[in-house]
Amino acid sequence: MTTTPFVRDQWYVAAYGYEVGRELFSRTVCGEPVLLWRTEAGEVTGMSDRCVHRRFPLSQKPSHLVGDQVVCGYHGFTYGADGACVNVPGQRRIPRTARLTSYPVVEQDSFVWVWIGDRELADEKLIPRAPWLDQPGYTTVSGMEPLAARHGLLVDNLLDLSHETYLHGGYIGTPEVAETPITTEVDEQAGIVRVSRHMEDAVCPPFYAESTGITGRITRWQDIEYHAPCLYLLHSRIAPVGTPPPDADGGDPDAFHVEVVYAITPETENSTHDFWAVARDFALGDEKVSGFLHDNNRTVVLQDVVALDVLEKAVAAERDGYQELSINIDTGGLAARRILKRLAEEAAR
Amino acid sequence: MSAAGAPGAVGVPGGPAPVDDGVYRIHWVPGTDRLLAVCFCGEKREFEDPVELWDWLLAHPEHGA
Ligand code: FES
Ligand SMILES: [Fe+2]
Ligand SMILES: [Zn+2]
Repeated sequence: MTTTPFVRDQWYVAAYGYEVGRELFSRTVCGEPVLLWRTEAGEVTGMSDRCVHRRFPLSQKPSHLVGDQVVCGYHGFTYGADGACVNVPGQRRIPRTARLTSYPVVEQDSFVWVWIGDRELADEKLIPRAPWLDQPGYTTVSGMEPLAARHGLLVDNLLDLSHETYLHGGYIGTPEVAETPITTEVDEQAGIVRVSRHMEDAVCPPFYAESTGITGRITRWQDIEYHAPCLYLLHSRIAPVGTPPPDADGGDPDAFHVEVVYAITPETENSTHDFWAVARDFALGDEKVSGFLHDNNRTVVLQDVVALDVLEKAVAAERDGYQELSINIDTGGLAARRILKRLAEEAAR
Repeated sequence: MSAAGAPGAVGVPGGPAPVDDGVYRIHWVPGTDRLLAVCFCGEKREFEDPVELWDWLLAHPEHGA
């Protein structure tokens, strides 16, 4: 099976802000190795991670930072924070073309977003928000797992949570997830897919029982909001059965809220950075709850990673146009695929 | 987001009329295996297969008529 081309003119999460400091850091986004580091003033800057001279990766030692300049560890080409070469060995003249491609970078909601396409189109206002990750009133745990599968498989996976019942039984899956009908809303123009599953009377899975302390049955709402191509939000509401619904102005004091956020960033055509974060509005700052949610969510993410790594091998070996069968639960996933396909087609033009 | 699927959701019998907001809405008809596709133009139809549903939603002849 052939994969779709990269959609370069989009914002992608390249890293968490906490991953980027005064050490040279590299991550490949849509096939482009991106070098990230913080200036002395604390700004994140992004540029190509390949020296223009002989392509040595600038993230590799003995390459290093001196103040706000990167010195290539191979022959000493030196670059400023804008990517321009400021020094070459042995001669005074710096070739005009000695400049690293630099990438627009925005740090927001704990993420470092990067734009690797046409920089004229890099409008910060296009970046979808996940404010809970960096907001008073929430405590967040997060991580990133490398996925050896094309990003489309992770989008499929996240848009259909009925798989929780089977793949994540005993963690976040209970029978009600697969049994409860969904509602799907698609805004083609904005590239947003919403899938809702409201379970009014369900078993409380260990993930929520242990973190909230609820012992009985729960009302469990899952409201997914996928902002193609990169950001996935799952608004999760958990409350003991009988808790009143949110009031008209959005107040919902008796329920527990968990904002599960994924950033789905293509690394190569067949590999993906699987960023995950879990923000909660209860047990704030409680280290024990944080440790539990971190370890449990990571376990769940890794269950998906194992499954999708296997699935990637299987579909990669298939001929183009292989058969699949879609059922009701796939309504949102089909819409997401179509939006991704449209973006890729627009990009190919 | 709107409590989609809840009684009173847009396009569902008894709920508000579809609005021309560019949003397609698909409701799982309670107690059945069928999906109700509601276009923002006001057209709606039931399906048993989401692939056929999307083919119709994106290309129904009545759209915008
Ligand atoms: S490869 Fe960087 S200076 Fe030669
Ligand atoms: Fe999963
Ligand atoms: Zn229509």
